[in-house]
Amino acid sequence: MNDLVQLMRPEMLLLAQVVFLLLFDLFAPDRARRHTDAVACALFLASIAVGFLPSTTGEAFGGMFTVTAMTQVVKNVLSIGLLLVFLQSRVWLSDERTSFKKAEFYILTLSTLLGMNLMISAGHFLLFYLGLELASLPLTTLVAYNKYSDESIEAGAKFVLIAAFSSGMMLFGISLFYGAAGADGLYFDVLSSRLAATPLQLLALVFFLSGVAFKISLVPFHLWTADVYQGAPTSVTAFLSVVSKGAAVFALMFLSFRLFAPLFEYWQYVVWALVVLTITIGNLFAMRQDNMKRFLAFSSISQAGYILLGMIAGTPLAMSSVVYYLLVYLVSNLGIFAVVSILENNSGKVHISDYRGLYRTNPYLSVVLMLFLFSLGGIPPFAGFFSKFFVFMAAADQGFYVLDFIALINTVISLYYYLLVVKAMFIADSENPIPTLHTDSWSRLCLTLCLVGTLFFGVFSGIYAFLSSGAWGL
Amino acid sequence: MNFLYSFVLVPLVLMMVIAVLRDVRTIRRVMAVGSSVQLVLSFVLLAWFLSLRALGVQDEMLFRSDLVWYPSLNIALSFGVDGISVLMIVLSAIIVFTGSFTSWAINEKAKDYFLWFLMLSIGVFGFFITVDLFAMFMFYEVALIPMYLLIGVWGTGRKEYSAMKLTLMLMGGSAFLLLGILGIYFSSGHTTMNLLEIAKLHIPVDAQRWCFPITFLGFGVLGALFPFHTWSPDGHASAPTAVSMLHAGVLMKLGGYGCLRVAIYLMPEGAQMYTTLFLVLTGISVIYGALGAIAQTDLKYINAYSSVSHCGMVLFAILMFNTTAMTGAVMQMLSHGLMTALFFCLIGGIYGRTHTREISQMGGLARIMPFMCVCWVVAAMANLGLPGLSGFVSEMNIFVGAFQHPDTFHRVITLIACCSIVVTAVYQLRVVGKIHFGEVVNEHHRALTDAAWYERIATVTLILFIAAIGCFPFFTVDIIHGSLGEIVSKFPALPF
Repeated sequence: MNDLVQLMRPEMLLLAQVVFLLLFDLFAPDRARRHTDAVACALFLASIAVGFLPSTTGEAFGGMFTVTAMTQVVKNVLSIGLLLVFLQSRVWLSDERTSFKKAEFYILTLSTLLGMNLMISAGHFLLFYLGLELASLPLTTLVAYNKYSDESIEAGAKFVLIAAFSSGMMLFGISLFYGAAGADGLYFDVLSSRLAATPLQLLALVFFLSGVAFKISLVPFHLWTADVYQGAPTSVTAFLSVVSKGAAVFALMFLSFRLFAPLFEYWQYVVWALVVLTITIGNLFAMRQDNMKRFLAFSSISQAGYILLGMIAGTPLAMSSVVYYLLVYLVSNLGIFAVVSILENNSGKVHISDYRGLYRTNPYLSVVLMLFLFSLGGIPPFAGFFSKFFVFMAAADQGFYVLDFIALINTVISLYYYLLVVKAMFIADSENPIPTLHTDSWSRLCLTLCLVGTLFFGVFSGIYAFLSSGAWGL
Repeated sequence: MNFLYSFVLVPLVLMMVIAVLRDVRTIRRVMAVGSSVQLVLSFVLLAWFLSLRALGVQDEMLFRSDLVWYPSLNIALSFGVDGISVLMIVLSAIIVFTGSFTSWAINEKAKDYFLWFLMLSIGVFGFFITVDLFAMFMFYEVALIPMYLLIGVWGTGRKEYSAMKLTLMLMGGSAFLLLGILGIYFSSGHTTMNLLEIAKLHIPVDAQRWCFPITFLGFGVLGALFPFHTWSPDGHASAPTAVSMLHAGVLMKLGGYGCLRVAIYLMPEGAQMYTTLFLVLTGISVIYGALGAIAQTDLKYINAYSSVSHCGMVLFAILMFNTTAMTGAVMQMLSHGLMTALFFCLIGGIYGRTHTREISQMGGLARIMPFMCVCWVVAAMANLGLPGLSGFVSEMNIFVGAFQHPDTFHRVITLIACCSIVVTAVYQLRVVGKIHFGEVVNEHHRALTDAAWYERIATVTLILFIAAIGCFPFFTVDIIHGSLGEIVSKFPALPF
């Protein structure tokens, strides 16, 4: 029992927070409820701190739930991401249209995170699917959170349909695996030993991968992304594009390294094509966007391609570079979303063309936004440069030079559209730029944290060393 | 504490100081002091280097130090310099020094301007002091991105277009380069990213076959290799004066230096496989750049095409794989860096006064601004290779070295490239005659003033060094010779 508490510590803490917040929202007096944000953030911060304490590794429930050093690391990474989302969503939540249901936001996001943790630790398809659904369904509500906005409702409807559709695909894949491997074949370890690349198994793999590809929004399964990102409240978009995507990536990574090892050769073909399509199409569409949220949607699609590029090698270097890439992507992208939501909450403007002359009125916001964009574009000395370099290195290690080349050419394209935003802020001028804004202290804290991460995660190699400590390969 | 760190730390400290300052005049003074300190430091380095060599220290690189960075990936910050890099550092320090004086008149967002300018110089200095592939690549990219904003915000003309074109083309080059670096690292047995250690290992010829061309191309884009030179005229024409100086004077040298130090040094067999192709391309650069300069009427475009031609000659010379031509190449980097900076400085001064760069709209400036005119004539003479100035020494070395190859192909292409000297004389003398002598075209010009004190400091410094190299060539030649031994010894099969 004690062992179980140790192993499931992050999950239990999350569950406790969800229950507590639920009760708090029901029974606490109004005066206390006004401070829901502070209570939720403080609790969550404490649970993150606990997450960094040394923990045991092992299995629970007969192998259904597994904990390794790496799963602990990636759970912590996701938690940090969620904390940053909390910090930047406070202003939006304090709005009169949402302030009465503040607690729901925290409850829903925390249960999503719980689902993600289960997904990452799963050692059995049942638990994996449970975690996946727990991570998707609350998100639907979150996407439609601004219930008086048509766009938000539309995005919610699209998201629930896509989530159901992709779950269906995945379930079909799982059921084919079940058919191919037998009754106890839903355990990853058992299934892995029975995989032999029969046509049925390959078909199952394709269905399963398509389901996951929807979640990570890889091309050609990305069509929902831009609409949902645009319609959802900005903080939820931030959560979707970083934490939710990151969780799916981690889950895919563990599955592909653990479960699909015998099919890796075939897996690589599929992923090769997915990487090329995702990076290229994401980039080409991002160039033409004016709405910042759609722009970030396509940018995050192409970023997912780079993450997958790191994964294709299947070595310990691949695993550590993917986790590192995601951490860096998390701080840079959440930083961008923080700036976007500050601008949106204060002035209602979300278009790149509205950002013209921003440097004149809001110099600090423009400079930090530029640094985050440079980091995403892979410019040194920001962390994004290092993470891109390692991902390319991981792929080159296994001889994927052609793929690296395609991805590298795409970084040039991506730099073009990141520079378009920089150009709007710094070079172009406008008659009526966004006026000088007041940034609230929570967003400022979020920006500072993201900035510190973006500036120092690369220069200080200790972060990478920590992340890679638990990495393993095929 | 390695002395070399100071070249990155001084600009970094300057950036921090300038970031907290508000007054433009204080910022200028800080810049002037800081860049002078850096200039002094670079000469201290030169003197120290020479004295160590005189004491008989025979290591390939001096001032070596390694800071372990990513041990699991064999990435370290390795520093070290040989004669060539020391000369490049001196060149960069001179250009940064003169550049900060040339920027004296910048008032609009001066603080941001100098911050980006310093970041650019960090990239440049960092590149020349490292001997680690990863760190070199990192500093190379650090130098690229400030260019975008420097041109985009403070530039003139079609600045947005030029800035984007320049940045994207150079980033495209760095994409090739990164692939080349990864290829070198993994095919040399992924044990080290240190240049000196990779040079001792042997990269398989199969790997060299694809790594060499992309590495050479990657650096070649920055060295204005035809057909990837098109960023250069637009970029230089739109950039503010000091940025053009730094970019043409130093940043383009990163290309030549990288080709020599990384591509040729590490992959000699690969280099020999592609000699013909790249010699033809660089030959085209040399001739096409010179002819392009004739066709232009905008002073900055003329000088930018002239840079394409002269930088093409650097790449042309290092593909000759012998000591004479490679010495010429390094001399040419120095000489071109100084004289092109002088040109851009003067063009900036003239443009700032006349508000035009069209040669047809200027005339008789010698009477109005005699000082600038004299400087211009010196620069033009250096450019067309007058003995006694730096251009002569470098071009002499290059062509003598190139002609040492006995086969027809080398001889013919050398002869063709030699013709560029004549073409250079044509466009330089035409410009001098047109804008400085003859009748005053625009009566308003009579009221203009001659060079201001800060411009005089910049131009006189540059002219001093141009003349010094021209009059005492053996000083630099000896330094370069001592460092080329390792590189040339990789080509034992050649007939000399």
